[in-house]
Amino acid sequence: MLKLDRISKVYKVGVFGGRDLTAVRDVSFEVGPGEVVSLIGESGSGKTTIGKMVLRLASVSSGAITLDGVDVSTVKGSGLKGYYRKVQGVFQDPFSTYNPIFKADRVLSMIKDEYFPGVGGTEWRHKIGASLEAVRLDPDQVLHKYPHQLSGGQLQRLLIARALLLDIELLVADEIISMLDASTRIDVLNLLGDLKARGLGILFITHDLSLGNYVSERTVILRRGAVVEMGTTDRVFGNPLHPYTRKLLASVPQLHKKWEPVEAEPEPEPEPEAPDGQALVQVEDDHFVAGGERG
Amino acid sequence: MTVSDQEDLVAVAPAAPVVTAAPVTSMRAGREALYFARRNRKLVAGLTVVLLFLVVAIVGPLLTDHGPNEYVGPPAQRPSSQYWFGTTMFGQDVFAQFTHGLRSTFLVGLLGGGLAAFIGMLIGFTAGYRGGVVDEVLNMITNVVLVIPTLAVLLVIATYLRVRGVIPEAVFIGLFSWPWVARAIRAQTFSLRSRDFVDLARLSGASGRKIILREIAPNMSSYLFMTFILLFGGAVLIAATLDFIGLGPTEGISLGLMMNNAVLWSALPLGMWWWFVPPGLGITVIVGSLYIMNVGLDEVFNPKLREM
Amino acid sequence: MSAVSLRVENLRVWYRTLRGDVQALDDVTFAVADGEIMGLAGESGCGKSTLGKSLIRLDGRMRYVDGTVELDGKELPIWDTGKMNGFRFREVSIIPQYAMSAMNPTRKIGKLVEDLLESRGVGFAGMRAELDRRLELVELSHDVLDRYPIELSGGMKQRMVMVLSTLLNPSLLIADEVTSALDVSTQKAVAETLVGFRDRGFVKSMIVITHDVSLVYQIADSIMVMYAGKLAEKAPTDVLVDAPRHPYTQLLISSLPEVGVKYADKRLTGIPGTPPSLLRPPVGCRFRDRCPLAFEKCLEEPPFVEIEPDHFVACWKAS
Repeated sequence: MLKLDRISKVYKVGVFGGRDLTAVRDVSFEVGPGEVVSLIGESGSGKTTIGKMVLRLASVSSGAITLDGVDVSTVKGSGLKGYYRKVQGVFQDPFSTYNPIFKADRVLSMIKDEYFPGVGGTEWRHKIGASLEAVRLDPDQVLHKYPHQLSGGQLQRLLIARALLLDIELLVADEIISMLDASTRIDVLNLLGDLKARGLGILFITHDLSLGNYVSERTVILRRGAVVEMGTTDRVFGNPLHPYTRKLLASVPQLHKKWEPVEAEPEPEPEPEAPDGQALVQVEDDHFVAGGERG
Repeated sequence: MTVSDQEDLVAVAPAAPVVTAAPVTSMRAGREALYFARRNRKLVAGLTVVLLFLVVAIVGPLLTDHGPNEYVGPPAQRPSSQYWFGTTMFGQDVFAQFTHGLRSTFLVGLLGGGLAAFIGMLIGFTAGYRGGVVDEVLNMITNVVLVIPTLAVLLVIATYLRVRGVIPEAVFIGLFSWPWVARAIRAQTFSLRSRDFVDLARLSGASGRKIILREIAPNMSSYLFMTFILLFGGAVLIAATLDFIGLGPTEGISLGLMMNNAVLWSALPLGMWWWFVPPGLGITVIVGSLYIMNVGLDEVFNPKLREM
Repeated sequence: MSAVSLRVENLRVWYRTLRGDVQALDDVTFAVADGEIMGLAGESGCGKSTLGKSLIRLDGRMRYVDGTVELDGKELPIWDTGKMNGFRFREVSIIPQYAMSAMNPTRKIGKLVEDLLESRGVGFAGMRAELDRRLELVELSHDVLDRYPIELSGGMKQRMVMVLSTLLNPSLLIADEVTSALDVSTQKAVAETLVGFRDRGFVKSMIVITHDVSLVYQIADSIMVMYAGKLAEKAPTDVLVDAPRHPYTQLLISSLPEVGVKYADKRLTGIPGTPPSLLRPPVGCRFRDRCPLAFEKCLEEPPFVEIEPDHFVACWKAS
């Protein structure tokens, strides 16, 4: 459904734009309907940039993004508006996603103004009701309120409801629960699980491996802009082959299990450049590792 | 309308003081602002003075039944019960001149300030939102206008337009005093443009124009308001200066023209204080009050400056 | 049972706001033993940051209302900013939240350290040797002192701030969300460095404030859970995680996804509802509205009692 084909993003930096900064290098993966794909990476991995490129909020330097076979990498104008009927996004900070001077449900009316201008009041209320129910929000609790009167969890779910108004095929969820409290995170995560049962494809961007493991079918591990390992979640987490994936898994703090004393790798100097990408090698069914298997 | 692709990785520092408070909600911010506005002495005092002068400007000319430049009384009279501000060297009623002059002053301020605000906002928002080539071109235009020697241009215009009114003067002022506004608004727009709620508006299919009008400008409303007040005061001051050196309107009367005439006809050495003190004081007090109002407004909108 | 290092009794700290007093910390009583690392966990608004900052009195908006704090047998004058000056950095030290972003970007790190030490009346030259030794221990090269903050990575900055805060060997170190903004691999390094400080005797006891229970499980000896300005439960780490007695703790622990748990297999649940406002807190147990076990007695506030050695709970059902 969504296919990224050797996507790259290069920024021009330096005094006169002389140097190139490669934030994303040759990334390829797919998201199918009813499937959650986790895009896991630490800061500087390029995961947010990829999310922005899929949402067409940032341009693609090279490569192609196709939705249902149609190339959308450079779509503009009314084509872009049509694209947004099928692909929507939710971001990390709910309090910055809402314009603080307006009421929260304005995000819903913004969709009405652009995409459903002729729809009557009663029909629109029905539509909103259905969307809110799908995200398990009580209309009386969230409508006509200002963002600061709602909790982070409610705000994020309202944003998902907004996306559902459009009958989308793909949702890009960029760290949508990292700013929420632990007790509300799981509700939003469960919601994503329910939505995929409806046929929605979800690109779940996160730095937290346990969240990725909980909810996704397939996982892509990013490091410094390039894919190091990717495949079915069970295979990537159950049999991690790339040293970076192993390091990540060993560092995740888990309950009921203390960290194993792992030989500390000297922390690399801050270096934003993506190293020359190694080609992905298939090591087993639906499991790819950069540089192939390394004991 | 798409946003230009050249990602600007260099932070742009705003050129003018920027309101940093984030208004929490429009209702709450409105009520909160009103609460502090009523209690801010600078704002209340400044506003009262300006409104007072405005009343005089509107009502004053109705109190006299002769024109400001008519020769109605004995020349060089001190203030008396008949002529409250005395008369000029030629027997014109200084009070009538003062009240009519106030009208022209407010008109110039409103028109000139308004035009400058409009141009500054148009250029500032467009440059800040679009970025890239559009930004470069608009920046160039801004710099050119900034650098033009306005006095020289005015002198040239003066030689071609023998008869000039208040409106052309206001237009001229409006056309040349907007650069700092454009710069400041551009900087603010740059920083607001990368905020998540603007991204959300883009994802909702809104055009650039709609995003500027509905998302970005409302978040800067307090700043835009203050900018207009500064432009108003600035226009009044510039008009007074131009009038004083004789480059103002050739007909009618204004406070600056009054001062010009007073100096030309030796009011100072002759001790005719009633001719030049009212207009001079009028300009000073109006512009001063506007600036004090602005400081007060800054305190109202920016919680960090308030004395709690 | 080792000697008690920190003893807090009936601490009450409120925040002044336009709309009234926010009762951020209400009647908090607990103790931290010598050499103990206590994790202070809870969700946003529970008061854990307030508790940490009140022990060192670093926030001007706080209003101390009641209670005593004793460190090594001496009472800390936490109601008086001036008097606390003598204790700050020497006896009690803090790594504040967002510390790594708070370093002046226009000054070299060495200058920053020098300024800080001089302001505390400690000569930089005299501390140089010890400073170098500590930098080595946290695996930072000596030339980091000649660098600007922007040249360091997040983990390096955090470790630098940690060295700074513990330079004078304080009795008590308060670490406020020191791992939140870091990547998962750096988190581990930083958390282990904290333990290293305690093991080497640079600090006697530590309070690690965090919202991440799984992180604090790795390094703390005991964990204290707060809810809505009050203490909910305090127990040794393994006991709290494996056999929590307070309903809030139980729900919290069971809502954490771990690697290996999948949505398809075991559906985790969160805690419905939101914490109460602390402007006018509810009567009785503050978790009452969201608690599945609530009954009439919960209208009366449950005391924080010891139900087993070293295990304290504030719940009628648990005690």
